[in-house]
Amino acid sequence: MTAPPNPSVLPDGWEMVIGLEVHCELATETKLFCACPNHFGDQPNANTCPTCLGLPGSLPVLNEVAVEMAMRLGRALACDVHRSVFARKNYFYPDQPKDYQVTQYDLPTNEHGLLDLPSGLRVGITRAHIEEDTGKLTHVGGGGRVHDAVHSLVDYNRSGVPLVEIVSEADMRSSDQAKEYVSELRAILLATGVSDAKMEEGSMRVDANVSVQRADEPWGTRCEIKNLNSLRSLGRAIDHEALRQIDLLDNGGRIRQETRHWDEAAGRTGTLRVKEDADDYRYFPEPDLVPLEPTAEDIARIDAALPVLPAARRTALATAAGVEPTGAVAIAVERGLDDVAVAAIAAGADPGRVLTHIEHDLAVERAESLSAEHLAALVKMETGGELTATQAKAVLAEVVATGTSPAEVAKAKGFEALDTGALEGILDGVIAAHADEWEQLRTGDDKAQGKLVGFFMGKVMQSSKGQADGKVATALLRSKAGL
Amino acid sequence: MSTAVEIAAAVRAGERSARSVVEEHLAAIDGREAELHAFNLVTAGAALAAADAVDAKVAAGEDPGPLAGVPIALKDNLCTTGIPTTCSSKILEGWKPPYDATVVQRLTEAGAVSVGKTNLDEFAMGSSTENSAFGPSKNPHDPTKVPGGSSGGSAVAVAAGFASLALGSDTGGSIRQPAALCGVVGMKPTYGRVSRYGLVAFASSLDQIGPFAATVADAATLYEVIAGHDTADSTSIPEAVPSVVDHLGDGVDGLRVGVVKELLDIEGVAPDVAARLTAAADALSTAGAKVEEVSVPAVIYGLSAYYLIAPAEASSNLARYDGVRYGLRVDASTTGEMYDRTRTAGFGAEVKRRIMLGTYALSAGYYDAYYGKAQKVRTLIIRDFQAAYERFDVLLSPTSPTTAFTLGAKADPLAMYLNDVCTIPSNLAGHPAVSVPFGVGDDGLPVGIQVMANALDEVTMFRVAAALERAMT
Repeated sequence: MTAPPNPSVLPDGWEMVIGLEVHCELATETKLFCACPNHFGDQPNANTCPTCLGLPGSLPVLNEVAVEMAMRLGRALACDVHRSVFARKNYFYPDQPKDYQVTQYDLPTNEHGLLDLPSGLRVGITRAHIEEDTGKLTHVGGGGRVHDAVHSLVDYNRSGVPLVEIVSEADMRSSDQAKEYVSELRAILLATGVSDAKMEEGSMRVDANVSVQRADEPWGTRCEIKNLNSLRSLGRAIDHEALRQIDLLDNGGRIRQETRHWDEAAGRTGTLRVKEDADDYRYFPEPDLVPLEPTAEDIARIDAALPVLPAARRTALATAAGVEPTGAVAIAVERGLDDVAVAAIAAGADPGRVLTHIEHDLAVERAESLSAEHLAALVKMETGGELTATQAKAVLAEVVATGTSPAEVAKAKGFEALDTGALEGILDGVIAAHADEWEQLRTGDDKAQGKLVGFFMGKVMQSSKGQADGKVATALLRSKAGL
Repeated sequence: MSTAVEIAAAVRAGERSARSVVEEHLAAIDGREAELHAFNLVTAGAALAAADAVDAKVAAGEDPGPLAGVPIALKDNLCTTGIPTTCSSKILEGWKPPYDATVVQRLTEAGAVSVGKTNLDEFAMGSSTENSAFGPSKNPHDPTKVPGGSSGGSAVAVAAGFASLALGSDTGGSIRQPAALCGVVGMKPTYGRVSRYGLVAFASSLDQIGPFAATVADAATLYEVIAGHDTADSTSIPEAVPSVVDHLGDGVDGLRVGVVKELLDIEGVAPDVAARLTAAADALSTAGAKVEEVSVPAVIYGLSAYYLIAPAEASSNLARYDGVRYGLRVDASTTGEMYDRTRTAGFGAEVKRRIMLGTYALSAGYYDAYYGKAQKVRTLIIRDFQAAYERFDVLLSPTSPTTAFTLGAKADPLAMYLNDVCTIPSNLAGHPAVSVPFGVGDDGLPVGIQVMANALDEVTMFRVAAALERAMT
């Protein structure tokens, strides 16, 4: 996950600057301003009412749960959560029933936060504000593009769904860092229960602002790429856009500030609209809603209820393991296996082996069912020489799949320290070296025999450096002695 | 005809049927509606059915409510389920709301019977009802004169005896000014007292729904039915509403009444109207009030501030009439062209003028100079009113600078805007105000006196209104 500060994708002497705007749908039961269900995938326009259809005379009533969630996210991003005012953003579009969007403008709920990434990069959060989503247009005929469509259909189920828009500072310098930022943000959204953050369903959407400049020159003019809906698209679109801009500048061109869309199939960005002639949104305070005034108690209550966030979890595991909070540590947190790792290390398992298994062997279903005891036992078997690395990996897979203990799995798989032939060889060697004792064992009384079995087992263990299975070796000894 | 209070008492007691009351009013409508055009739609069938339902309740021994059988006219910008709600605009052609405004629900629960939807200036923008897409209403006292506006149809309905009560909406004087011009009582509550849910918005931070009635007691009774917290309106005040009816007879002895100097000195206040104000002040003084002149300096900027704030909010509120979902649509080959054609055909000249004014006032680079500055003026007006209310219980002014003017006489929009100079300050401050008929001007047409009070003090405001009414009878 560590992002190179100067990615190889750019030609020598060029740098890029990236800022991201992430929209995510809040996981509320109902919409932001009405009681309609906030639910994806229903029949078109099933979840609508006068308010989310913007009918004349309807009014918004703010969903308090949405506000609570937005403030929770704000605190998780270390923002100042303060008095906020809703505003109307005025523009005409058929997916927007009131022809204005209720959002926040000069007084957003959350401001001045930060997000620490696993690679160590700290990205500033400019703001995280609450707003309503629009409906969804489907263009019929003409290949589904608005310009050639015979007609268009509007589904207002999404109209009024609560969104938070998280705006970052322009602190990223490579597409890998941008991807890392989005991954980390997604982890926080999931950890705080604020959003299901499904990029493929559109509940998390990313716009990227990208500019390039020659090293030591001021930042260039930026272009915004809209609606990137996977990490892969995000990375490809940023790299492509940076190269497009460099190519243009290299050929004496000039970058226009504009909004572009990413064509995943063609692998390139294209102009959506030029910023200079963009709409004037005529923001003004929404008179149908009252300002939000969170109290110090509200914020204290939200802070107290915050879960341990990914960054703190990485620090805890890194401290336990005595390593940097990057790489395998970050992966352990991402996979939700950090608690197990910390406990296994506390139980005496080797930290290096614990992290290695988590990084390489646990990208599997049900990995979260692994107990710390089993992980610790497995690692101890491995470091104690009872299992080879390859055997340990196979045993771990079985432990995760079945929940059986590593020792049992190892035994069932026949991964015992010594196979019977080797054990017999060792035993024969010990017998030959101790002929007198062997005679006494075969002929002596019960008490002497008991003592001598112990003697021979000690020698076998000594000779096998403790790797012989005591039970098996004892059985073999008794059978050879005819007991 | 009987007052609303008398009708409700008789119907509840089983002395009169609601049906007979409604039939009597429908007959009055038949007699003069063609001449006066108070209504966009008379809902005679629904009214008779509702009256029968009230009578059935009385027969069954159930309480039909405080407005049992009282005929009421609703301004045609209040949403009524399944009944066209036009705002007197072509752009809402064919639209029938799927829901009732909160006030309409409360009226139904109170046993009131709606007889129809009244004419207004398109989207409540105007002071004469001449901006209605369906033609003007006429003043019952002289049909060559305007009834005022924007709630002109509601004022006419009460003045002509078409309905005992009516509801209007008041953004800058749209209840009080037509009440004054038609010689009835019209009242604007404190902003937030009455739910706006289901009122088609003109300027959201100024709009309030309020009553029209022939008497102060009727207006007070209707106010009590419609006032009170509503969770569907976030700006609704969550406090209990004290009874105003209980205090109508309390008199004004010892009350401090301020006559607002600036609203008397302001350009355009006719001498005969000013004379009636003096008479009203004298009447209150005689009744025991302490009457003095008071200066509220910032009110003179009210009109200018209002004509930035109201159009700005309107430009946003009226954006939704775009032909996509309901109402008029004029087809075109692109969405943008469809918007243009629909709105060009659907809106009248005054609505277009205000949308342009408001759009300009909110534009980048102009916001601070216009909308932002107007909001500061609003703060100043509130501050000056607060200072006045430290010394006075209520304030007095003319409601309208003149009596009813001739239809077509004020073609210049600015001349028309000046009608609201006395009423606008209360909207900007969010304070309650009522217009009470107080005699006639030199032309024999009604003059209204405006009683203004501090936020939430409808009780004192109505007390003074009742005292003025008593002084005239």
